[in-house]
Amino acid sequence: MQFFGGSEISPSPPAPTASGNNGHMLYVFNRNGICLLYREWNRPLHTLNAQQDHKLMFGLLFSLKSLTAKMDPTSSEKGNLGVPQLPGQGCSFHSFRTNTYKLSFMETPSGIKIILVTHPRTGDLRESLKYIYNLYVEYVVKNPLYTPGAPIRSELFNTTLDQYVRGIA
Amino acid sequence: MAAINSLYIVNKSGGLIYYKDYGSAGRMDTNDTLRVASLWHSMHAISQQLSPVSGCSGIELLQADTFDLHCFQSLTGTKFFAVCEPGTQQIESLLKFIYGLYTDYVLKNPFYEIEMPIRCELFDINLTQSVQKDRVALLGQ
Repeated sequence: MQFFGGSEISPSPPAPTASGNNGHMLYVFNRNGICLLYREWNRPLHTLNAQQDHKLMFGLLFSLKSLTAKMDPTSSEKGNLGVPQLPGQGCSFHSFRTNTYKLSFMETPSGIKIILVTHPRTGDLRESLKYIYNLYVEYVVKNPLYTPGAPIRSELFNTTLDQYVRGIA
Repeated sequence: MAAINSLYIVNKSGGLIYYKDYGSAGRMDTNDTLRVASLWHSMHAISQQLSPVSGCSGIELLQADTFDLHCFQSLTGTKFFAVCEPGTQQIESLLKFIYGLYTDYVLKNPFYEIEMPIRCELFDINLTQSVQKDRVALLGQ
């Protein structure tokens, strides 16, 4: 697990990996599984209500993490399947792809999970997720009126985020 | 060093019917492979529920920190998935080839009971040959 350097926003965000508006949605969860932020740009299909959808997404990530920790072919000390893992412990994953979308995932050392769902042919978005985490630190964590663990209600953060995601995916 | 670490075949109800390990650290025991296979079956189904657009058929590639997992689902719901080194190319065509072997040597075997664990010697032999011996030539097809 790499720890991210200085908290200042890097002057030049990572180069775009694709052109056009391919971002579908973005989730931010804290380590207790509370959805801090949900943004939606292009989602024609809703199978569940919002709360159920967030729960299912968090559950999917949690289970996929225990799956990858157990399947890791490079380590022989893996423990049992489903043992709770701290952020950065065990083998995690950074993306998966289906025929209709690609999900990129990042977990920070404090257990914040950032999930970006894009078009299936978008490239590696790890740097972009780090940049989004930087935005979160700058606009949300450094806001003195923000209570940790509460859903994010910041117009400025939302606009910056929208603008950035429109540029990358 | 084998590029492919292990291969799983899961039937349409999530039961593991075939597992083969090609050299990964800390081999999993039978119970673990069964659990991992049915967990994958559920994750595959949940990923379809979460799709932002309709027509999703489940995870095709999972990129973990130390491995890639490629999954191929046949029209009948049988899933073939392989764990391999990150960045390994053409595993999809290998999985489709293995699906061909499965139809030829398992489904056409009159003694094979459908959806039950695969115990077919010819399938084993052909699979080992295609995965280990002549991978490059196979992928050239």
